[in-house]
Amino acid sequence: METLREIRRRIRSVQNLAQMTRAMEAISASKVQKAQAAVLATRYYAHRAWEVIVNLSTVRGIPLHPLLTIREPVRSALIIVFSSDRGLCGAYNHNVVRAATDYARLLGVPVRYVAVGKRGRNILWRLRAPLIAHFSGLPAVPRLPDVTAIARLAMDEFLSGQVDAVFLAYTDFINLLRQRPVVKRLLPLRPTCLEDQVVCEYVVDMRPAGVADYIYEPSPEALLDVVLPRFTELQVYQTALEAAASEHAARRAAMRNATDNAEELIRDLTIIRNKARQHAITKELLDIAGGAEALRQLQETG
Amino acid sequence: MGFRLEVVTPERQLFSGEVDSVLAPGAEGQLGILPHHAPLMSTLTMGELLARRGEEELSFVIYGGFIQVLPDRVIVLADVGERADEVDAEQAERARQEAEELLKKEPPPELRAEAMMALRKAQLRLRVTHRHRLRRPTEENP
Repeated sequence: METLREIRRRIRSVQNLAQMTRAMEAISASKVQKAQAAVLATRYYAHRAWEVIVNLSTVRGIPLHPLLTIREPVRSALIIVFSSDRGLCGAYNHNVVRAATDYARLLGVPVRYVAVGKRGRNILWRLRAPLIAHFSGLPAVPRLPDVTAIARLAMDEFLSGQVDAVFLAYTDFINLLRQRPVVKRLLPLRPTCLEDQVVCEYVVDMRPAGVADYIYEPSPEALLDVVLPRFTELQVYQTALEAAASEHAARRAAMRNATDNAEELIRDLTIIRNKARQHAITKELLDIAGGAEALRQLQETG
Repeated sequence: MGFRLEVVTPERQLFSGEVDSVLAPGAEGQLGILPHHAPLMSTLTMGELLARRGEEELSFVIYGGFIQVLPDRVIVLADVGERADEVDAEQAERARQEAEELLKKEPPPELRAEAMMALRKAQLRLRVTHRHRLRRPTEENP
């Protein structure tokens, strides 16, 4: 049996651990909120930008912009996987990579990958997946300039004809307890971020009623060339924020589990400690009682 | 009678409210917008976006974007932007000095373009904050 001192030391070290995991849990919870607030803040711009795109795309006589044109059949695809740089977040990274590879299998065409986050990159490496680029070092709550390079890469690959479609694999934030890995299409563009998704699914025949002809400066095509890349960046930005919210929620859950385990361990150890202490006291008492008894017997006989 | 102006960036909404007129840095020249302007869409360059509401002037710094004029409202989608009263003048001044230093050293073309851009941004921010200060002396020096 361990000595009392050893048990006390173990309790203290577990208590320290619990304190740490509890702090990490609180930090992650606050980061979830920040990321969520940032996602909400982008909605308005996304909505307005999509209205503009719809308006411009329906101007008579201009061809559909390449970023909006669906290519059939899709002969190759790019999947951008959003994972985390750091661990301690349960199965977060494995789940999102699995969603991406499952989707690739479903597509049945050659798929190349871009990894965002070190953990996802490492998993894809181990799977020997064709990785063409990786990004890491995004802040806990990314800002738009942090992700523009990712969007640019996606647009370059798509416009150059290297791939016929670009997908984003990320973890959708449902609530603090539930996150779900999903894959959604980035290019050709589709307004997945909007509430009335179904309505906006097709760009054609979407001319808002009651609006007179616009003056376009310099031209509808030139305007689209400005708005569409911005919108693409925005989609990537929203995805990165959503993934960040999920990452922090996953870490919060992992830390909550760790704290609970530590507390349980402390309870068990405390019982063992009490037993050990009681044992020591009993032993001492026995010694004293035994000694006294021996002394008494000695006196009686003597 | 004014109209509604909304200024949004991808990261947040800068302004939303009634104004009487708007002066925007259009790609093809300054755009002045009064009520009942014809529907218009235009790209914006880097510059100052000014809105007037009665005696009050609202100023924004915008680094490119997009303007949509509708019959009842004007929507400005700025790539990046900030309100004039949020501009950090000291930081802008530092950025200006850095860019000027860099330009003095005859950098390679791609770096030069970047420095020029940074310099223009800093100058714009300084100009806007300066005007903003002049306009509201009572608040700045009570």
